Amino acid sequence: MTREAGGSAGDPRAVAAHAVEVRDFTKRFGQVTAVDGVSVDIAQGELFGFIGPDGAGKTTLFRTMVTLLVPDAGSVKVLGRDVVDDLWELRARVGYMPGRFSLYPDLSAMENLQFFASVFGTSVEAGMSIIEPIWRQLAPFAGRRAGALSGGMKQKLALCCALVHAPDILFLDEPTTGVDAVSRREFWDLLDRLRAGGLTIVVSTPYMDEAIRCDRVALMQKGKLLLVDTPQAIGDAYPRPLFAVRATDRLGTLGVLRRFPHAAAVWPFGEVVHYTDARAGMADASIIAELETFAGASGVDDLEVQAIDAGIEDAFMWHMMAQEGV
Amino acid sequence: MRTILFLMRKEFLQVFRDKATVFQIFFIPVAQLLILTNAATFDIKRTALAVVDEDRSTVSAGLVQRLEGGGRFRIARYQPTTAGIESALLDREVTAVLRIPHGFEEGLVRERHAPVQLQFNAEEGAAAGIVQAAALAVLGDYARELGVTLPRGAAGAMAVGAPLELRTQGWFNPSRNYKHYMVPAILVSLTTIIGLLLTAQNIAREKELGTLDQLNVTPITKGQFITAKLLPFWILSLVIFTMGLMIGKVVFGIPTRGSVPLVFFSAGIYLVVALGIGLWISTFTRTQQQTMFVALFIMLIYLLMSGLFTPVESMPRWAQWMAEVNPVKHFVFIMRAVLVKGAGWETVAKPLAILAAGGVGVLALAVRQYSKQVQ
Repeated sequence: MTREAGGSAGDPRAVAAHAVEVRDFTKRFGQVTAVDGVSVDIAQGELFGFIGPDGAGKTTLFRTMVTLLVPDAGSVKVLGRDVVDDLWELRARVGYMPGRFSLYPDLSAMENLQFFASVFGTSVEAGMSIIEPIWRQLAPFAGRRAGALSGGMKQKLALCCALVHAPDILFLDEPTTGVDAVSRREFWDLLDRLRAGGLTIVVSTPYMDEAIRCDRVALMQKGKLLLVDTPQAIGDAYPRPLFAVRATDRLGTLGVLRRFPHAAAVWPFGEVVHYTDARAGMADASIIAELETFAGASGVDDLEVQAIDAGIEDAFMWHMMAQEGV
Repeated sequence: MRTILFLMRKEFLQVFRDKATVFQIFFIPVAQLLILTNAATFDIKRTALAVVDEDRSTVSAGLVQRLEGGGRFRIARYQPTTAGIESALLDREVTAVLRIPHGFEEGLVRERHAPVQLQFNAEEGAAAGIVQAAALAVLGDYARELGVTLPRGAAGAMAVGAPLELRTQGWFNPSRNYKHYMVPAILVSLTTIIGLLLTAQNIAREKELGTLDQLNVTPITKGQFITAKLLPFWILSLVIFTMGLMIGKVVFGIPTRGSVPLVFFSAGIYLVVALGIGLWISTFTRTQQQTMFVALFIMLIYLLMSGLFTPVESMPRWAQWMAEVNPVKHFVFIMRAVLVKGAGWETVAKPLAILAAGGVGVLALAVRQYSKQVQ
């Protein structure tokens, strides 16, 4: 019953131009349209990120790509295989790590790994070459119940279980949600290493700082794809002048900037406030001068304004507002 | 095949790792069998009886003596009038009242005929019936005894038989051991509850944990998955069943008049039905809580309408008809027939066939409904 990846029909990896091809994919749950006409291509060997808030439709898209859901409209192909027609072939070749920790908490780390290896018709020994760098960190806890592992360790174990059968593509649905910052960074280092080995990785995350580590990202909001590009290009394509504004009274500054007649968008960003001017093509210096004058007239006199390059988060906020504004 | 073995190995690993499950499987059924068999008996021991002896004669005293001596009655009140009797009955101080009217002995001697009155609290119908039967048995025995020893009057010289007028009903055999009747039924209930719940809860738990999703994105087929889920619990349920049967034999001395292999063969088929129902429930529930609720609801109907507690024959026609598709009813029938009456293949062939058909039906339904994909 178990199937060797590839089968007899030549090398299937050569057949697929893209690792993933999503065409006009729509999925509804009752009245709610979770994903609405999404089209996207993911290249072989790419580390591709879906970025968006909760409810954007990321999980629905992931569950469809790993053959758990059937599209209502459009088509989804993974490794050149249709997720509906060729699901049995695909299931042997994809690795999937759901957003929620989905291993057996009452089995030990090793037992979980052995179990998932066995249901794919392989063994831990056979898969060790792939999971070794991750398993090395887990090995001291091999006998511990999976439920008693720390969040970061659980994540690594889940990654091992998703990789042990040497999949051709890896789907990680919000793998780092609820994991501490250090473990998150370690986890992404592991993903970098896997990608270096040629594995296609599709990942979703609500964290913007993780998006920067992807080759390309897709911004999702309310079931729609806002844009797809490299993190650098997304920031570069920011359509208006952007400034970081610092003042003692951050909340007051926020209100003052919003009242400025040429304000296009104002949002708090960590310690500072990011201000976007509505006028494209104006010199930064004159906008800064106008802002300082306006703030001074409104009682905020310690304004420090600095022109900055937009990051992916700014781009995402901008596009989200644009979509909501329509 | 190997995949099924790996899946089964995981199930056993999980069952035996979880102390609560081990306790649920091996201790609870044993304890319940011991407790329920002793508690859920229809045997009436030492019923509190009030005697209103208005006659106060030798014969009435003899009757009271025999009632008390039989061991099944305890004379809680003995009084010459009916004063306060009704409230005693109402307060459950006594379960039954035997009234021996004035002129009882005289009537017996002269006319060889005398009425006595038995009143009892009929709130608990079944118990009242048994009390009645027990009282009648004592009265009947005494009547036969009197027929021999009582001096015969002129009118009764030629009379044959009992001098007391007794209307007897066909009732339980008073010497019947209820445990022989109850143990198979309780064992069936317990095996059903454990097997059905274990199966249903197990899959619901995988849904809750999200592991079902993880399993679904593997090359495991539906058939492999369902086989690997049913087989471990089928084996465990048979172990429970065997344990229960041994307890029944050793502790309660239930007879095994018929073929024991036939009992196990039937149990094997029955468990496919019970576990199949559990599996089917888990195909449409999302959480363990929902599963528990639906499973209990279905089991309650099945158990109560199985003839375990009330005879199927006394149910309305629609209920009798429903009982025909009740697997518990058929298996209880087979158990009682084979174990207690020593019935063979011919007797149980029909219910066995119904069970087999039910097993195939419910499994087909569960397999059809269990989807590795959400449509």
